Amino acid sequence: MATTATGDSFPAVALEGVGRAYGERVALREVSFTLPAGATVAVFGANGAGKTTLLRILAGLLRPHAGRAAVLGAELPREAHRARGRIGLVGHEPMLYRDLTVRENLRFHARLHGVDERRPEALCEQVGLAARADDPVRTLSRGMTQRAAICRAVLHAPELLLLDEPLANLDPGGAVAVAPLIGRAAGPARVLISHDAEQGLAEADWVLGLRGGRQAIWAPAASVRLADVRGLYA
Amino acid sequence: MTFGRGLRALSIASAALITVAFALVFFYAPNDADQGFIQKIFYVHVPMAIVALCGFVAGGVFAIKHLRSGDRADDLRSYVAIHISLVLAVGVLLTGSIWARASWGHWWVWDEPTLVSFLIVFLLYACYQPLRFSIEDPERQARYAAVFAIVAGAFVPLNFTAVRMAESLTHPRVLSTTGGAMPGEMRLTFIVALAGMACLFVTLWRYELASKSASIQLRSLKRRLAGDDGLAPLNRSAAPQHL
Amino acid sequence: MRATVSALIRKDLRLELRAFESVPAMLMFSVSTFVLFHFGLDRSSLAGDLAAGVLWVTLLLAAVLGMNRLFLAEREQGGFDGFLMAPVDRTALFVAKAIVLFCFLVAVELVAVPAFVILLLEPDPGQALPELLAVLLLADAGIAVVGTLIGALGVQTRARDLIVPLIALPLLVPVVIAASEASAPLFAAGGADAFPARWLVVLALYDAVFGLLAYAVFDFLLEE
Repeated sequence: MATTATGDSFPAVALEGVGRAYGERVALREVSFTLPAGATVAVFGANGAGKTTLLRILAGLLRPHAGRAAVLGAELPREAHRARGRIGLVGHEPMLYRDLTVRENLRFHARLHGVDERRPEALCEQVGLAARADDPVRTLSRGMTQRAAICRAVLHAPELLLLDEPLANLDPGGAVAVAPLIGRAAGPARVLISHDAEQGLAEADWVLGLRGGRQAIWAPAASVRLADVRGLYA
Repeated sequence: MTFGRGLRALSIASAALITVAFALVFFYAPNDADQGFIQKIFYVHVPMAIVALCGFVAGGVFAIKHLRSGDRADDLRSYVAIHISLVLAVGVLLTGSIWARASWGHWWVWDEPTLVSFLIVFLLYACYQPLRFSIEDPERQARYAAVFAIVAGAFVPLNFTAVRMAESLTHPRVLSTTGGAMPGEMRLTFIVALAGMACLFVTLWRYELASKSASIQLRSLKRRLAGDDGLAPLNRSAAPQHL
Repeated sequence: MRATVSALIRKDLRLELRAFESVPAMLMFSVSTFVLFHFGLDRSSLAGDLAAGVLWVTLLLAAVLGMNRLFLAEREQGGFDGFLMAPVDRTALFVAKAIVLFCFLVAVELVAVPAFVILLLEPDPGQALPELLAVLLLADAGIAVVGTLIGALGVQTRARDLIVPLIALPLLVPVVIAASEASAPLFAAGGADAFPARWLVVLALYDAVFGLLAYAVFDFLLEE
């Protein structure tokens, strides 16, 4: 468990009966789980099962309509500002300005987060982007863009990583290069959405399975079989 | 949530006040020396204008409440107030135009600052429903509509001031009555007409609120019976569909 | 707050210099509109009220082009999310974007107003330059404030390009009134007339009221 200055400990994520609807369509219903600090949960589910909605709620971008949610000890949405700047999101969009260079994008995000401007340089080196750092993002391949997006997400040393299929566009070299940043060994708690059941199970401490917005599986990864995960997609 | 309280009393009061106002207009108020009988359209035009403006501002006030509390009922109140005021604004433009034609010979006069301001306000609020319609997510629709209603509500007085400053310095007002204080008969008729129009507005407002909230509640009951997927999905709408 | 605003402004100015999307378009539009007015009004030179009106209507319509594009990069490239997750005051986005739009307007006017003087204006406004500048700056501030707010309002809706001018133009009518009334005497045929300073007060009042209002409600446009 992470500890605050006063010695209280809090889990990375604590959800209780969380729900979210878009008009009449219910995207999430009665999702409850607690993720300890530093642990990894793999989220599985078919398209439309609510995985992205869940991720955006945890990122503080969506407000839960029901239940209680606390991220890094901050109750959402009331205290959402306390968790800002401590979460890193790798989503479907790279969240980079296509006409700016990699370096300019990272420097901009560094300024927004109050991070030293040398950190982007170090990260670029680490993921093998140093040679392309002065090229506009729109000239990069999808794999390189994803590497840059991952740099952007971890720039401010977040305590919680929200990863939506982070390895989707990466070649094996790229996957290896980003592993120290977003892999298990990196340190922060992780919520990992993946369609690769085997890889997800190998990486995770816990498994969350969503079906139709409802929580179908919540169990330690060791006790979840591949067939259970495949069953979510049936 | 019941919006239907007091509807019968309000309806009767509105009908009574409007009837009395009509009677006063036809039989009690004096004929204007210059403009003749048609000047009496003033008793419809000006109260409608005042009530419409108050309605727009009320829409802004409810919008502020909605943003502060997140209560969708306030969004519904704001929507209905603006909606009815928009209809009244059309009435103001039409009656103003008829009045201008009758007394000045043209269907439109730029010299009358109130009429011009109303045109601008109408053009602005005519965007309210298209704006709402173009946002699908109901929460966001309510929130953005509230921001619009607040900005537009604050704009109304500013606009009137600016237009009046621009026009009155060069031209005298053409659609004014007597030019000075109103004589007693006119004042009484005017006040009754104003009260009748205000009462009518509140009555219509309450009716529409009751009707919309009833259909919203009906639908939510149907959903509980039929299950989430049992009902056909709602069509997109500018009006609030959830409470 | 100031660091955030400055970071956002630098980013936007850099983007504009890199991609050249807004300012050149607004500028070309202005000059084309002057040409259109020449043919539409069948006049080779304008003075007084007419000149002021043509100038301000053109600048306003050019500003609408800028408003539409102001938040486009954020909307299309996931920039809102990145900003919303940063530990910064969200109103900084409003301040930064309003300053950026103001800068765009000033940049456009640096070329468009001389173009107007050359193409269409009959008298020489040289003596009245300080007053003209005052009107331009105050009016630009009002347009920037309202334009930023309505640009943000519109960028998340489906009919984005249409809804922004429809809402912004009525809201900016007082600016057109005040700016035209203030600059008409400066363009008077026989040389500049007395300057009606009260219209500057109206502009300043408009800027203050809408500035504060926009500052207060902007956050609500960013929430989800």
